[in-house]
Amino acid sequence: MPATYEPIATTTLGSATATISFTSISSAYTDLRLVLTGTHETTAATVRMQVNSDTGTNYSFTELSGDGATATSARSTSSARINCGNANFNNTLPSLITVDWFSYAGSTNKTCLVTTSQDRNGSGVVYRTVGLWRSTSAITSIQMFPSTGNFATGTTATLYGILRA
Amino acid sequence: MSPISSTLANASAYGYRTLAAAAAGAYESIASVTGTGSSGTITFSSIPSTYTSLQIRYQSQSVAAGNAFNLYFNNDTATNYTLHRLYGNGATVTAGGSVSQSGIATDSQSSGPSATSPVVGIIDIHNYAVTTQNKTVRCIAGVDKNGSGDINLVSGLWLNTAAVNRIDFILGASSFTTTTTFALYGIKGA
Repeated sequence: MPATYEPIATTTLGSATATISFTSISSAYTDLRLVLTGTHETTAATVRMQVNSDTGTNYSFTELSGDGATATSARSTSSARINCGNANFNNTLPSLITVDWFSYAGSTNKTCLVTTSQDRNGSGVVYRTVGLWRSTSAITSIQMFPSTGNFATGTTATLYGILRA
Repeated sequence: MSPISSTLANASAYGYRTLAAAAAGAYESIASVTGTGSSGTITFSSIPSTYTSLQIRYQSQSVAAGNAFNLYFNNDTATNYTLHRLYGNGATVTAGGSVSQSGIATDSQSSGPSATSPVVGIIDIHNYAVTTQNKTVRCIAGVDKNGSGDINLVSGLWLNTAAVNRIDFILGASSFTTTTTFALYGIKGA
């Protein structure tokens, strides 16, 4: 059986940076998986995602979250980005974000699953999100950026390609 | 941006290649099935027992919008399945469970796909080939339709200790579209 789940690129920040981008993504795979772990430079922020540098209101997402006491579901329609959590990406303890884009080079609108996890030894949140980009274009780039400020030095993101038989 | 490593070659120099290589070698593509537009069944048969875990990644739509599917092992359509679910529909969170089910509903349950918004999901089946344990399934699935949709977390159980050698996904009604893809992967143990 052919091995897959191949690393495409890794970025580890050597200085505080506003946006982590993966560009020139080939269409050679079926799905994409992005794994990001790190902190914010100064504050708590929401990590946001766009693809193909599309800043239009062509995204929507539905999320399920728990904070150790309460479970919540929320939605954003005709949004300019997909949120990966909500103001939980802080400057003290790392968060883990995974993003799976399915059939990213196919002919349908593009759907992703996002997991956002952070525990702060007494507080924290877990998010599970489904996101939609209303475009039939192939995804060729992904942009991850905090709602304000910068990712901190040492924040790491890796993009994998998964190919079906 | 000032990355210290932004390519595989650079990543290798900083030690990331080890992780990458391990992931690539342990995760293999077994088979994939594309919807035909005229059938409501997706089947993986003759699944080898050479892996520790299976993972299925899917993007699904039905010809008649809104139809969900069930998962079945080894052609067993008797009431030998149970499940628990946690899902959010953008406004409320619901938890539930069912016993004596004739399949595992791993799909979006409160909404279903539309013509422009597929359901996507990842299903993990651990220890699928052992013959001493019932089989447990974990799934995350969801659909967003820019104003409706849901995100689902599901655990399922097949009350059978047989090795899993066949998996079927069967729609409650309608057919899988030609844009539907189900891909089966095997994950090796050490």
